[in-house]
Amino acid sequence: MQPENVLEINNLHTRFFTPEGVVKAVDGVNLHVTRGKTLCIVGESGCGKSITARSILQVVEPPGRIVGGEILFQPVRGQVIDLAKLDTRGHEMRMVRGKDIAMIFQEPMSALSPLYTIGNQIMEVLHWHMTIEKDAARALAIEALRKVGIPRPSELIDAYTFELSGGMRQRAMIAMALICEPTLLIADEPTTALDVTTQAVVLDLLRGLQRDLDMSMIFITHDLGVVAEIADEVAVMYLGAVVERGTVEQVFAQPKHPYTQALLNSIPKLSLRQHARLNVIAGMVPHPLNRPSGCSFHPRCAFAKESICDVVIPENLTVEDAHEVRCHAYDPRFMIPLTAIVPEASDAATEVFARAMPHTEPLLNATQIRMHFPITRGILNRTVGYVRAVDGVSFAIYEGETLGLVGESGCGKTTLGHCLMRLYQPTDGAIHYQRRNGETVDLASLNGAALKALWQEIRMIFQDPHSSLNPRLTVLDIIGETLRVNTRLSGAEIETRVRELLAKVGLRPEYIRRYPHAFSGGERQRISIARALISSPRLVVADEPVSALDVSVRAQILNLMRDLQTEFALTYLFISHDLSVVAHISDRVAVMYAGKIVELAPTLSLFAHPQHPYSEALLSAVLKPELHDRSGSRRIPLEGDVADPANPPTGCAFHPRCRYAQDRCKHETPPLRETPAGTLAACHFIETLTLQGIEAYDV
Amino acid sequence: MAQANQALATAHGQTSPTREEKVVVANQWQLIWWKFRRHRLAMIGGIVTVIIYSIALFANFLAPFTTETYRATYTYAPPQTLHLFQQTDQVWEFSPYVNGYKVEIDLNAGRRNFVIDPDVIIPVSLLVNGEPYTLLGIFPSSLHLIGPVNEGDPMYLLGADRLGRDVLSRMIYGTRISMTIGLVGVFFSLFFGILLGGISGYFGGWVDNLIQRLIEFLQSLPSIPLWIGLAAAIPADIPPEQVYFFITIILSLLGWTGLARVVRGKFYALKTEDFVKAARLDGCSSLRIIMRHMVPSFLSHIIAVVTLAIPGMILAETALSFLGIGLRPPTVSWGVLLQEAQNIRAISTAPWLFWPGFMVAVSVLALNFLGDGLRDAADPYT
Repeated sequence: MQPENVLEINNLHTRFFTPEGVVKAVDGVNLHVTRGKTLCIVGESGCGKSITARSILQVVEPPGRIVGGEILFQPVRGQVIDLAKLDTRGHEMRMVRGKDIAMIFQEPMSALSPLYTIGNQIMEVLHWHMTIEKDAARALAIEALRKVGIPRPSELIDAYTFELSGGMRQRAMIAMALICEPTLLIADEPTTALDVTTQAVVLDLLRGLQRDLDMSMIFITHDLGVVAEIADEVAVMYLGAVVERGTVEQVFAQPKHPYTQALLNSIPKLSLRQHARLNVIAGMVPHPLNRPSGCSFHPRCAFAKESICDVVIPENLTVEDAHEVRCHAYDPRFMIPLTAIVPEASDAATEVFARAMPHTEPLLNATQIRMHFPITRGILNRTVGYVRAVDGVSFAIYEGETLGLVGESGCGKTTLGHCLMRLYQPTDGAIHYQRRNGETVDLASLNGAALKALWQEIRMIFQDPHSSLNPRLTVLDIIGETLRVNTRLSGAEIETRVRELLAKVGLRPEYIRRYPHAFSGGERQRISIARALISSPRLVVADEPVSALDVSVRAQILNLMRDLQTEFALTYLFISHDLSVVAHISDRVAVMYAGKIVELAPTLSLFAHPQHPYSEALLSAVLKPELHDRSGSRRIPLEGDVADPANPPTGCAFHPRCRYAQDRCKHETPPLRETPAGTLAACHFIETLTLQGIEAYDV
Repeated sequence: MAQANQALATAHGQTSPTREEKVVVANQWQLIWWKFRRHRLAMIGGIVTVIIYSIALFANFLAPFTTETYRATYTYAPPQTLHLFQQTDQVWEFSPYVNGYKVEIDLNAGRRNFVIDPDVIIPVSLLVNGEPYTLLGIFPSSLHLIGPVNEGDPMYLLGADRLGRDVLSRMIYGTRISMTIGLVGVFFSLFFGILLGGISGYFGGWVDNLIQRLIEFLQSLPSIPLWIGLAAAIPADIPPEQVYFFITIILSLLGWTGLARVVRGKFYALKTEDFVKAARLDGCSSLRIIMRHMVPSFLSHIIAVVTLAIPGMILAETALSFLGIGLRPPTVSWGVLLQEAQNIRAISTAPWLFWPGFMVAVSVLALNFLGDGLRDAADPYT
């Protein structure tokens, strides 16, 4: 084992012995972690990165277990130990966990126990690993909470998990992991479930702690933006093997493996090439039970050479100093031409759409929509307050455009989408919609048959591909349901239409009688899209349609949605929390905070010159999947939590976190008004503030 | 899963053309059956249940005698062992027989004792002619699976009861009542459970409140005293079939509450799922959403719950009849048979009267294993 490494994984094999067969989740992984540095393991779902991490600490769930390889760990004091050889339940392994190697997980709610206070859980770690008095342990715990940035630590030490917000819980989990000052921290997608602004804060926190404690870190993620932000070394995994490994500069500037190149290429980036077609990786990740022969990436590889790539398993080849690839193209024995895909170039048409605000009548005009949910207490359900999920929202959508709706969790964007669809009855406000026959109706006041007729023209795509399709109905039933209920078409006619639409969304019409469980996430989303389009609608409300999908699949679905928009003359309301996705598909963007729209502007204008401090902070928190200067001077930190819709601050809801806030902001709520640039923003100081946008958009 | 992925890999036409494509579809029921097959105990339970229900169906044929055939001379006769082979002239031949009885008078205890007499041979045979009956109510026949060759010979394979009636025959006939009262009772519980639970879960609000409080009230009543009270209300002079019907109603009156709660919970959970929202946006009426979109989701759970509720009903009926407040003679069920075993004489001298208890245990266990396996196979998520 090399002295500068704190952990070395050599040829690790972890297998799951299921009734369906043996799943080779980790199939010969070689990694090392340098002391004091961060290794990022990147990959899509199913690639085995989580299992690798769990194998290090021997917490793989049965029926999985390590069947081969070694995991060499150099603790602070003592000899090198091979973690793979230790007994999972043995004393030695338990000594290592929490003390030498600690782990934090993705979902803080399920990783922390709801039965105990966070103080209890942190002190448990202390009591297990060292003999310590209760008072001393409590003092250490309070200190740990203070270090991770939890406010009022001596009070919150006695808080239960559910009393804290997501960001707080994640910090509590970090405190628990770091209390014994481990040599190595394994972080399994800790920021995936967090908002963009909270993610930025947690990443800063982890970096700072790593520096202070001189700790090494393994950071597992699928988000290349996070990798660019935090990694020193990168390992890219695909189907249980590491396909490329190197420093972050090497992997981002000169990606060698076709998968890495394609991955970097397919991410929607905040760049000038708005509305250009995204480059996609063909096909999808196969199930580990059906691993392709030879190189596991060859069915999707643009450079695969027959009779080499599908037969011979590639070895680890060193391309440069510390940069390794697993690809035949770098093996001098095989002559495989590899035209490198340089990440920024693309031969797709570079259209910069700058659709001007059309001067026609809007397709949908929402005025002062409010959605207040009552909070009841007591046995008689007395109303004691309201959750102001949507608090006075007005906007217009024009025919043929894509309006993006951005905001963090709790801002009310999903509720607004549901209000437009009349899944909720808005407490207040009007939604004027222009029907196909020309007449204008107020959606908020429709009921019964009239509303059903409208539901043919306005359709919705849901976020979660797994819960939005009824698992007991076939694809034909799911897509054709609205036709069956609302029209008098015969079964054969419905089937014909469904088949046509399936072909258009990129699925084979033969799958019409299958059940949703036979499809992957991306395909289920295509079925959702087909269901939305079967009744030839005019407006489609897409509620975070790509958030639950893998990175490579996202690009496919976004391209599909764009193509369908052109083909069927659709109008989209695209709700998302991901700014880079919204940038790619929207003409105008509305930013929401605490139930109100704080800015509404064309995409280019918003990204280049935001007019509201929240938009500025949001844009600065977006992590670009490119190499950049990490001094973090560009990031605007937002203290505190997102405003609570049940108890919003007085005046401007953003004022507690705004760095430009003044006394006036506490008392007066700024209205959504026109800015000098012609866009809309809700801030008192639009004229005086010059806010920082994304340079690439500044034309 | 394997074939699905293989076919899907070619969905975008980007895999190599040499990959063969086989689109094999297995529907829900096939998947359930395949998973169920792997559960050994459940398969055994299933087979035993099928056997027991076949016994109920073909009771006339399987039982050597009817329920009323009695012989006063053989009261409390012990069981006879069935011998299959006889040795005549050094040759073993297949010739089933049982040994007869001889009476011993115990002067000290003052009673007659029957003892198996190995010298008396009573030939029995398979497929004999016995008392006539109509099989399944349609086919008249007088064939019995096993019986004495000479009509009038005593054959008590499981012993005789206090009137000299054959315990085996009565047990076989008792299968009918005991196993079917479970079905009828569960059917009623199912109906009320789904209806009230569905209404409660789908509509919520005060309807939900009302129905749930009613369920809690019913569940807090002590069941046996309630049953006793209700059973006492049945008039004593009505025919036994009507008594059977009333007992069924009584048992299902309390049985629906458990299922209603579960159904209501499932509805509540499903109501907020995205696919129910999507069905609403498709324009489906509430009824269509319930019947077509929500009920199929927990149909499998209901199947499992039903197979586990039947043994509960069987035990309830057995308990009631055992206490004397359920079915009464001349109706024959296992509970009624067990009531005859309720005295010290039975326990000390005629323990074969407990055989019906063994049948209850076997059928309850078999149904439990079956239900367990069904639940694992059909509803793996709960």
